[in-house]
Amino acid sequence: MSEPLLCELSVPGRCGCTLPEVGVPETPLPEGFVRADLPLPEVSEVDLVRHFVRLSQLNYGVDTGFYPLGSCTMKYNPKVNEVAASLPGFTQTHPYQPAHTVQGNLRLMWELQEFLKEIGGFAAVSLQPAAGAQGEFTGIQMIRAYHDDRGEKRDVILIPDSAHGTNPASSAMSGLQVVEVRSDARGNVDLEDLRAKCSERVAGMMLTNPNTLGLFDEHLLEIAEIVHRCGGLLYGDGANMNALLGIARPGEMGFDVFHYNLHKTFSTPHGGGGPGSGPVGCSAILSPYLPGPRVERVRSDECPGDVRGHTHTEDCFFYDWTMPERSIGRVKTFYGQFGVLVRAYTYIRMLGAAGLRQVAEDAVLNANYLQQKVKEVFRLSHDRRCMHEFVAVGRVEGSDVRALDISKRLIDYGFHPPTNYFPLIVPEALMIEPTETESKETLDAFAEALRRIAEEARTQPELLRQAPHRAPVRRLDEVKAARELILRWIG
Amino acid sequence: MAHRIPEDLRYSRTHEWARQEGPTAVVGISDYAQAQLGDVVYVELPEVGEEYRQGDSIGVVESVKATSDIYAPLSGKVVGINQALMDDPSIVNRDPYGEGWMVRLELADPAEWETLLDAAAYARLVEEGGH
Amino acid sequence: MAYTPHTEAQRREMLQTIGAESVAELFADVPATCRFPELKLPAPLSEVEILRELRELASWNASAEEFTCLLGAGAYHHYIPSVVQTIVGRSEFYTAYTPYQPEISQGTLQAIFEYQSMICALTGMEVANASHYDGGTAVAEAIIMAANVARGRRRRILLSPDLHPEYRQVARTYLRGSGLELLGDERPENDLDALEKMLDGDTCCLVVQTPTFLGEVLSPERLRRLAEAVHAVGAMLIVAVDPISLGLFVPPGEYGADIVVGEGQALGNPLNFGGPYLGFFACRRDDVRKMAGRLVGQTVDAGGRRGFVLTLSTREQHIRREKATSNICTNQSLNALAAAVYLAALGKQGLWRIAEICYHRAHYAAQKIGRLRGFEVRSTRPFFKEFVVSCPLPVDELNDRLLEEGFIGGFDLSQTHPHLERCTLLCVTEMVPVPEIDRLVRVLREVTR
Repeated sequence: MSEPLLCELSVPGRCGCTLPEVGVPETPLPEGFVRADLPLPEVSEVDLVRHFVRLSQLNYGVDTGFYPLGSCTMKYNPKVNEVAASLPGFTQTHPYQPAHTVQGNLRLMWELQEFLKEIGGFAAVSLQPAAGAQGEFTGIQMIRAYHDDRGEKRDVILIPDSAHGTNPASSAMSGLQVVEVRSDARGNVDLEDLRAKCSERVAGMMLTNPNTLGLFDEHLLEIAEIVHRCGGLLYGDGANMNALLGIARPGEMGFDVFHYNLHKTFSTPHGGGGPGSGPVGCSAILSPYLPGPRVERVRSDECPGDVRGHTHTEDCFFYDWTMPERSIGRVKTFYGQFGVLVRAYTYIRMLGAAGLRQVAEDAVLNANYLQQKVKEVFRLSHDRRCMHEFVAVGRVEGSDVRALDISKRLIDYGFHPPTNYFPLIVPEALMIEPTETESKETLDAFAEALRRIAEEARTQPELLRQAPHRAPVRRLDEVKAARELILRWIG
Repeated sequence: MAHRIPEDLRYSRTHEWARQEGPTAVVGISDYAQAQLGDVVYVELPEVGEEYRQGDSIGVVESVKATSDIYAPLSGKVVGINQALMDDPSIVNRDPYGEGWMVRLELADPAEWETLLDAAAYARLVEEGGH
Repeated sequence: MAYTPHTEAQRREMLQTIGAESVAELFADVPATCRFPELKLPAPLSEVEILRELRELASWNASAEEFTCLLGAGAYHHYIPSVVQTIVGRSEFYTAYTPYQPEISQGTLQAIFEYQSMICALTGMEVANASHYDGGTAVAEAIIMAANVARGRRRRILLSPDLHPEYRQVARTYLRGSGLELLGDERPENDLDALEKMLDGDTCCLVVQTPTFLGEVLSPERLRRLAEAVHAVGAMLIVAVDPISLGLFVPPGEYGADIVVGEGQALGNPLNFGGPYLGFFACRRDDVRKMAGRLVGQTVDAGGRRGFVLTLSTREQHIRREKATSNICTNQSLNALAAAVYLAALGKQGLWRIAEICYHRAHYAAQKIGRLRGFEVRSTRPFFKEFVVSCPLPVDELNDRLLEEGFIGGFDLSQTHPHLERCTLLCVTEMVPVPEIDRLVRVLREVTR
């Protein structure tokens, strides 16, 4: 039995909430302005709650079980983050309040800027970008603006063939031309191909490191040098920063501008697809171009006080907004995904330097351990030490089942499937990222499930092709969805 | 899996086919191309009267997992499009060389026929993996 | 460390399986010169300590919980029914990723389908996507979509000066390097008549906002004529709306809008100091393939039961790469869920009532304030929940006085509209009780004494 749609639960005259009266003399509504009908559902509060609770039970989240979705860093989301982000002193503040009435928010944002600078090795950070893809767009626009200011016409962005699709899309949105760079047999950027494609037209290169194969490029410093020598700048996609916390700082490895994914590395929840947050860090030469406003701290004679007149004596600073002098402008309304920033701040404060390094170490330890176990069952795309994730090839000798079938069967074993068919350069890719928050017992159970599935692939392949069998629904007809395009209920 | 490659057609390296009909050419995508795409869910075609050069994108064919441009195998003016594909794009999968035709072009340069592959050459291209 | 479960013994065991001597050895590919930097970060805290610190920081703020908020200008303090947090706080929703595996994501998928349906109902449009980052980026993406519909053949983008200043700034950032020209908002007096005169064959789209940034509700009849004029030159009409106002007023779909966007924060999402918010985006069915963002569609499973999937993904970056309609990947899914719960909780009657309260209380407040010496209401009627008042003193000074009296004052228009010096944009929602309006009037009277 599928869950009814809200419109099917609707009964004329019902309402799911209680509201105050207008309470003032009414002002006539002008003729021709008022809508004839408002076709929203009418459901009672209890029906509404049960509907959405039932829907929630059809979902699988990190709190449900192991979620080794490669490149997405589905780590546990600490609950204290949620408590922190729901403090009314944060949630009930308006973005246009004068700075002196929101010193708490500004202080938190300034501190977070400082933390991210320190972790990434950058001169400046803007918290404004709303998500990783917007961070990329921001970084590419900054690179563009930098070259424009120097009167240089550079219109090419180099992107490895293993890159996430947002990289070429962000470059194209910035009006730049994308040139793909090949990967070599060890999964690194092919240096020869890179050299051949470097020219005076190159504005920069976008590089994810560790890359989407989970590999740390063995020639990273050389890549940076090649790109810089031809006058380009190096953009770092921080999707895989979880492997680098306290291990290495992108700003010290040749990256000029870089985005962090707070919703991956810094434990803020993915929300079923968002909100994320994609702050951008950069070197001193690019800092004038950052989007703004950013928070700055100025020494103050008066110690910051709260609005009730209490003063706080620990430091005498005033936090205020500032626009970088040659800013590319705003990339979104207001200042950033503040609620997400509170969660990331909480996470960093709770872990400190040693805790963050432990995160990266255990993330890499878990991935290598699981890789070793999975290797007994599936071929690896690149058989070498990995970082926080690895890619296996979802094929079983003596069977024609595909990576997708293996993934769907994993659902029956109670696990979320890995990322399928990405990166594009590995056919039948199963991209597995365990994250640091998973125990050895969970990893062992997952490896064991894969072993049994490989066995099933040989003995009863139909079981895999029809999987999942224990999910709320069976496989869904995507062709029908795309041909018929039912995108809303007809109420 | 063997793909049908009719002898009487010419092919582009981007997997379009063309059939000569007097001063015009009928154009579609090959059996290999439709098989690579999987179930076609949508076809976008040019407007009658538009002119294209050989290699220009004249439309888009879309499945649930990929979107491919359709490139003009020959230069010319669009004089007809297959309206039936708008209502039922799955025709492209069922009958790529017949009912699944896409565009009729009035040719600007008949000499371009010589630049296209014949069935044997196209069969070799497909065998090599399509590139 | 609470979030990493291994014991030292387990780590050793795992290293043995891997065949490594130490964890450090796993990082051999990292250039030695850069390996293991000493991060200068504050010492770690326990939950007890961090929450104490954060409560302290939060207490430095003046919040709309303790103060009566008269500030709007694109972010609104509306009532959020308790059911919204109950649902959004369910971790089956908030700890899930994008629903790429539909068999175990039907909760998110159906909720987004319902969100899309209700955005269509609200705006009078045929198709809505699963969300953008906020109102500003939704406007920018709408312009890019219009340019793609015109297949890059039209270069002029007309912006109303009454479109939110930050939306216009975001649009300019997004379109830098696109070759498109943004104009129309260079003079604040460019009204709809003036904008209509600027339409020509090179115009790609016209973007207007209702209620305008200054609160005025544009006449649906006037907008219908505007839409006709826009369509006559082959361009698109993009309308940014306050979704709460659509509880009461004619939806843009009824007067010919081609794309309807807006800031959806007011639909069940707290002020949150500017984010995370919700960009909603709706268009005509014919244009759906040019739309950015995720879409959920209805289908059936192998057993013939109704189910939901992400559809038309081939428009998106993970498949189409540099030819995608946009680079958007992560969106505002949880905020869209909040909006869905909010719209369903209020429903037909509730949203109407909220919109009515805003309208009547705002007009009541304007009438009373307009009678005070030194204050003048500058808005054209009808307005919705915001109106412009010119004041006898600079607005920042006025707002300091209001703060002492427990009010978060209005938006200081001198920051964005130099011709509106000493003007404040006041916002009255259902969260401002009637006695507070009366007290505000008394306080304002005192201020001028």
